[in-house]
Amino acid sequence: MSSSEGAPESWISSFCSLMGHEFFAEVSEDFIEDDFNLTGLQSQVPRYKEALEMILDVEPEDDEEEEEEEEDDDDEILGDERPVEYRRAGERRHARVASDLSDIESSAELLYGLIHQRYITSRPGIQQMLEKYEMQHFGVCPRVNCNGCKVLPVGRSDTPGQETVKLFCPGCMDIYTPPNSRFHSVDGAFFGTTFGCLFFMTFPDLDIGPRLDASLASAVSRNASQPNRSPPPQVPFESPTPDDQPLEINGVRTSNFCPGLGRGKIYDSKIYGFKVSEASRVGPRMRWLRMKPRDMYELDETDIHEKMAARQGPGEFQPPGDKDGDMEMNPEQTQEMAIANRKKAPMRRRRREAGDPTPSDRMSVQGAEIG
Amino acid sequence: MMEDFNSETDSDYTSYWRDWFVSSRGNEYFCEIDEDYLTDRFNLTGLNTEVPYYQYALDLVTDVFDLDADDDLREQIEKSARHLYGLVHARYIVTTRGLAKMLDKYKKCDFGKCPRVICEGHPLLPMGQSDLPNMSTVKLYCPKCEDIYNPKSSRHASIDGAYFGTSFHSILFQVYPALNPEKSMRRYEPRIYGFKVHAAAALARWQDGWREDLHWRLAEFDMTHKFIEESESEDDAFDYVEEPEGAKVDKVVAETASGRMDLGN
Repeated sequence: MSSSEGAPESWISSFCSLMGHEFFAEVSEDFIEDDFNLTGLQSQVPRYKEALEMILDVEPEDDEEEEEEEEDDDDEILGDERPVEYRRAGERRHARVASDLSDIESSAELLYGLIHQRYITSRPGIQQMLEKYEMQHFGVCPRVNCNGCKVLPVGRSDTPGQETVKLFCPGCMDIYTPPNSRFHSVDGAFFGTTFGCLFFMTFPDLDIGPRLDASLASAVSRNASQPNRSPPPQVPFESPTPDDQPLEINGVRTSNFCPGLGRGKIYDSKIYGFKVSEASRVGPRMRWLRMKPRDMYELDETDIHEKMAARQGPGEFQPPGDKDGDMEMNPEQTQEMAIANRKKAPMRRRRREAGDPTPSDRMSVQGAEIG
Repeated sequence: MMEDFNSETDSDYTSYWRDWFVSSRGNEYFCEIDEDYLTDRFNLTGLNTEVPYYQYALDLVTDVFDLDADDDLREQIEKSARHLYGLVHARYIVTTRGLAKMLDKYKKCDFGKCPRVICEGHPLLPMGQSDLPNMSTVKLYCPKCEDIYNPKSSRHASIDGAYFGTSFHSILFQVYPALNPEKSMRRYEPRIYGFKVHAAAALARWQDGWREDLHWRLAEFDMTHKFIEESESEDDAFDYVEEPEGAKVDKVVAETASGRMDLGN
């Protein structure tokens, strides 16, 4: 019956080409046909068998002679937002009752989504998502200081029907709402909570920071459109990290570890060039969210713990070249140091040793930033 | 009060050019500058060197333009007028009236909502990264996470940031401190099959340490600050590693602080 339309698109590829479904990868039929990959889905999806048949474009064998109904019904139930492709895919199986069909259609969508969640964490699936990622199919981080870091679709829940799809930025380890409203109806569970991080752990060598050529290209285009002045001075202020940084910290390559965070990547509110003081009632309260140690060893908790346990003297593991602190700090920081004395937390003590910025240093940094 | 500011602008003379400018597509971020403000020369100090065809442009903006110019020149003047309007706009929006107008737009979400999921669609404010024109385009500041974002629409991405300036949003909250939103210390925790990812979690612990230091620094100024989660009685949605210590810090802060800061809700 379906062959009457020539060689139609498969259900999967028509589903993935729908408006708003641009984030989906096309799950290979081999993956779906392996029953092991579908373990447990039967109980989650109503009309599982029919839905699966629909996804795989398998003709139902037994109910070929079921009564047919007029297509008007079809329109009514499917409604306006149902795209044409759906109907076309459905019409191929017009042996079914129309209302039945829309039930199965939505079941098939759900089933496909849940299979998709598993597929993109499998080897072929994650590879397919890598291609989409590299082609920037998922967009870039809206945060200014992430410099257009490419993002990945993720869910906040693995249970369908809870939240829509979000975008995970590896540069700032945060999630954002997709800018285009067409994605605001895509279920986040179809991508799952695991995918985002697993992806970057699977491809640890993937350069996630703003590439040099990319930033250059954007600078050039900006200059071309506005020939008067050079790009904003923020980028050149990024000083290199201390020399003896580990190549890898906590299983992530240092260069790929949150390139959108830390010194120079934190926004400071200013009034006429002066930073708003923390002592202001409406002063900055959220800088911690975008902080990152300049000295990556501060995140090696095991090492710190061992060294604290061994009661080694201060300065023992003070790396060279971080005289000006692990963060750009406010003048209040010195007071903080005094307060920190009272506290016993090893984290804090460690930090005090590592970075005790002198006020004059900081002044010059801030002075340079004004302008 | 705020309605007064809006309704009393140019009641008799319809401001054709400004009306058109403010309501045209892509200029949704701008508010209408009062005629009084534009005609006060003091407010325009220094702009005559910045804007070509300054006098014509000003005439156009204030609807007294009557030069019989050819299309080419007219286009030039039109461009200058938009530039002039933008530069005056940056000055206007930090005045009492301007702030009130922009506040109105902020409350209506005219500048969009924060894309960060944890901010739950908090309204944004336009800002520039430089006060000099042609340096960078307009960005959007979220007062909840105190970070800046690119506008999602390309028609806004080409607006000069200097038309809003670097200081506007900070001044707004200095003038209306009660509107400063409560901050949240929730964050996104990357997980793999339900397990936290160590690299992200270690960074989060390190950042949490700084967040607690904030309480101590503020205590030095006899101030306290509470995040939303801290002012709620129970905090079961998210559990923090350093929770017990955080609670202890709070107690000490409460003891040392002479007066609780009014967060304005």
